[in-house]
Amino acid sequence: MMNAGATTRSEQTSGPAPSTWVAVCQRAELGVERGIAALVDGQQMALFRLRDDSVHAVQQRDPFSGANVMSRGIVGTRQGEPTVAGPMYKQVFSLRTGACLERGSYEPVDDSADLRTWDVQVLDGVVHVRAPHNGSVEDVKS
Amino acid sequence: MTSADQQRRHLVVIGGGMAAQRLVEALVARDSDTDGRWQVSVFAEEPLKPYDRVALTSYFSARDADELTLGDPGLWDQPHVRLYRDRKIESIDREAQQVTDRLGETWNYDELVLATGSSAAMPPIPGNDLPGVFVYRTIDDVAALRGWVEAKREEGKGARFDRPVRGAVIGGGLLGLEAAGALKALDAQATVIQFGTHLMDAQIDLGGGQALKRLINDKFIAVRTDTVTQEMRPSRRTGHVGRLDFGDGGRLDVDVVVVATGVRPRDELARDAGLAIGERGGAVVDLSCHTEDPHIWAIGEVACIEGRCIGLVAPGYAMAEVVADRLLGGQATFPGADTATKLKLQGVDVASFGDAFARTEDSMEIVYADPVAGIYKKLVMSDDGKTLLGGVFVGDVAAYASLRPLQGSELPGDPSSYITPTGSGDGLAGLELPDDAGVCSCNNVSAGTIRSAVTEQGCTDLAGVKACTRAGTSCGSCLPLVKKITTTELEKVGVEVSNALCEHFELSRAQLFDAVRVAEVHTFTEIIDRFGYVPEGAADAGRGCDICKPVIASILASLGNGHILDGEQETLQDTNDHVMANMQKDGTYSVVPRVPGGEITPDGLLVIGQVAKDFGLYTKITGGQRIDMFGARIEQLPQIWRRLVEHGFESGHAYGKSLRTVKSCVGSTWCRYGVQDSVAMAVELELRYRGLRSPHKLKLGVSGCARECAEARGKDVGVIATDKGWNVYVGGNGGFTPRHAKLLAEDLTSEELLRTIDRFLMYYIRTADRLQRTAAWIEDVEGGLEGVREVIMDDSLGIAADLDEAMSRHVGAYRDEWRAVLEDPEKLSRFSSFVNAPTTPDPDLAYASERGQIRPATPQERDADEDLIRPVLIAGTTLEVRA
Repeated sequence: MMNAGATTRSEQTSGPAPSTWVAVCQRAELGVERGIAALVDGQQMALFRLRDDSVHAVQQRDPFSGANVMSRGIVGTRQGEPTVAGPMYKQVFSLRTGACLERGSYEPVDDSADLRTWDVQVLDGVVHVRAPHNGSVEDVKS
Repeated sequence: MTSADQQRRHLVVIGGGMAAQRLVEALVARDSDTDGRWQVSVFAEEPLKPYDRVALTSYFSARDADELTLGDPGLWDQPHVRLYRDRKIESIDREAQQVTDRLGETWNYDELVLATGSSAAMPPIPGNDLPGVFVYRTIDDVAALRGWVEAKREEGKGARFDRPVRGAVIGGGLLGLEAAGALKALDAQATVIQFGTHLMDAQIDLGGGQALKRLINDKFIAVRTDTVTQEMRPSRRTGHVGRLDFGDGGRLDVDVVVVATGVRPRDELARDAGLAIGERGGAVVDLSCHTEDPHIWAIGEVACIEGRCIGLVAPGYAMAEVVADRLLGGQATFPGADTATKLKLQGVDVASFGDAFARTEDSMEIVYADPVAGIYKKLVMSDDGKTLLGGVFVGDVAAYASLRPLQGSELPGDPSSYITPTGSGDGLAGLELPDDAGVCSCNNVSAGTIRSAVTEQGCTDLAGVKACTRAGTSCGSCLPLVKKITTTELEKVGVEVSNALCEHFELSRAQLFDAVRVAEVHTFTEIIDRFGYVPEGAADAGRGCDICKPVIASILASLGNGHILDGEQETLQDTNDHVMANMQKDGTYSVVPRVPGGEITPDGLLVIGQVAKDFGLYTKITGGQRIDMFGARIEQLPQIWRRLVEHGFESGHAYGKSLRTVKSCVGSTWCRYGVQDSVAMAVELELRYRGLRSPHKLKLGVSGCARECAEARGKDVGVIATDKGWNVYVGGNGGFTPRHAKLLAEDLTSEELLRTIDRFLMYYIRTADRLQRTAAWIEDVEGGLEGVREVIMDDSLGIAADLDEAMSRHVGAYRDEWRAVLEDPEKLSRFSSFVNAPTTPDPDLAYASERGQIRPATPQERDADEDLIRPVLIAGTTLEVRA
């Protein structure tokens, strides 16, 4: 069975991007509102399961510290938008788009202050992420 | 000495009181802007740094001279400032421009400032030199008086009639009433003997004096007005003062007498130097504070300005500012004396300002009096009833702070509305002070200065405005007004003054704590559903954020809701609490095993050493007498904990808003000076409060004697051993704004000490704001430290039993939190590096070697990628460090 939230997200992705869905873990392994890291094709990502059982994937690397810690941030909302706060310096990012919503007085150490996101779908209780070939942030966001 | 130093001119200040302190502070602050032209030497007769004489009475409750220290003590450590204490100046040679101190040393001066202040006047009453007769002027006077009263009380205990010590105060002015309050604080009886028709007759009129007498009587202080003291007679048995004989034939038996009939300027140096002296004493100065000698100035109570000496601190400060300005080439002149006064006696409110006696021609008096309640309020208005000239307030001084700055201005509306009970609220609320109205007379801060602190300097709260303008930092009586102006101004510039936690809760932390406690809710979801803020058009309050979730985590932990990672609670924990270790810059963690009181066996040291070695961790001794091990990966944490648990350790709370450590010195078991076993007490305290969650981090310290080697007064709770038990200090911290803890209670038994700290911590946890440390919290509690003392020592709110019970629940429920994770597979599963590769280390971690240990590689080293150390699989735990 496909998850409603994840379906919406995959439908948003336009065009048949050359990519494959990779099974990562059971959804049951993800605590609600508590992230966990995953290693997919050598890329580190942070998976978050929300109260509506939707699953979101963003980059594990915190653009403001360069450390791989995003999965350990506090999940919440800003004006209804689901968010995660960086555990290092507390910037706030949208879990849907990866956009940095609050950066305080900090500058990112990476080129972008935003988080890269991956499409997620849950099939028969298994979390899949779409791993684009040579994927970049632009590919996913377009 | 540099050439700049040689060019400096030498300013000598005689006297180390409040005016001298202000002069040096103002001069140094402005002189450093101009590269420094002055070398300053201050010669003080007393052995202390300048202290707050206005607050002398508080020395009775505080007993700690440090608390009276004025301003930033660092002032006296500045390179071009020297304070010579206990160094009275004996003579001035105007010709040679030299002064000679009591040791016979001479000092050249370019400019000389007399700031010798006053001495307490002793009226020529026979018997005024008997033992047991005191004046009330210096810390030494206060200490001697206290010692005498305590000795008399001890004598009384052995006597046939066990009676309290009987005290009398001659003089019913400001100082006399404070002295009477001090006697009461020492559990002595007090009778105030006033020569004039009513109390405080220099400040308030007869009507006010009568209301004041009622209030003073309510404090169980007797008052005799219109009374001349003819003689003080000795007790035949002891030779100490024993009886007062009055002009009307009355008598009063006494054990102690305080004379507070006024002060006399210390102008002897000026007299000897041949300077002009005022009719009633004091060195005569003009409005620039110059004496007739072009190189000699006088400020404060020794200066006779506009024909009189003024025994108040605000005019002294104003003179100090004038001289500082003149020494730097300015043209400031004395603005005229602000003689507004406020009595600092707990529970008795008296204030007056301006023309309190309606001496202005054709002025009108508007009076409101409620003799039953002991309230008397009077406004003096100009003949047209529009301009405010002065006022007297007894029993209810709420309007004083708002009205005093308006002296000389037109009051909008009906003047009576400001003092009648129904009108006062409305009248005051609408008041808008002109920018040039003085708000803080101690520090000469105007309403406009406070406004610009908000509008131009970006201050966003009261604390910021205080720091920026110094308003309210001396006597504090103007603070309500400073707060009001600040709040109004913040609202005007669109800064919402709100104590809301975040967008999800409109409550403050303390309000939320109460709500959660009373409603007995136990999960975040219940709390946000019930108390969360639902914005217009939204379906619910959302799911919290990194501000409110950790606050709620802390509240739930304080109310005893099981392990911090149980159920939904695990999603609320902040970065470090989340994995119960300290996150470092590369995303790995440090582990600090608990070492209660800093006491550790050699075997214990070996265990920690071996664990660090086996897991390849960097080690460092912490500031809290612990050993910190750095570089532990998330998936290694349970293994490290297991090793520690196996050897009788637990990991420790070196993180989070919780009890950190209890630091101690070695104490009486080894130290030849120690008077109590400070290590045993520190161990007991740490084991008692470990795991306690609080609004901010908590640190404790225990010293085994007054030498204070554990630096306990830099802690939130500092315990210092005495011969009789323990003294406990509260509200200290290091960090960005270091604070010394202040004395809360003395000579406690160990049991009393625990109860006192239990209540202090629990009261703090329940009522402090988010991220508010104990020092700031104490300031916010109504009544400050005294208010805290009343709640936890005297149970003034009736909550002591509740606080005790809450703490005892915490102590009883504590479990090793790390061990609990090891025993719970569900929790343990969170400690994996990757959900799909649980033991694979983060491949991006890289270390360099420095001084024989690892440290995270710098970006440059990563780019070069030479010889970096990379983590290996958990099975082989070691990161080898090459020498």
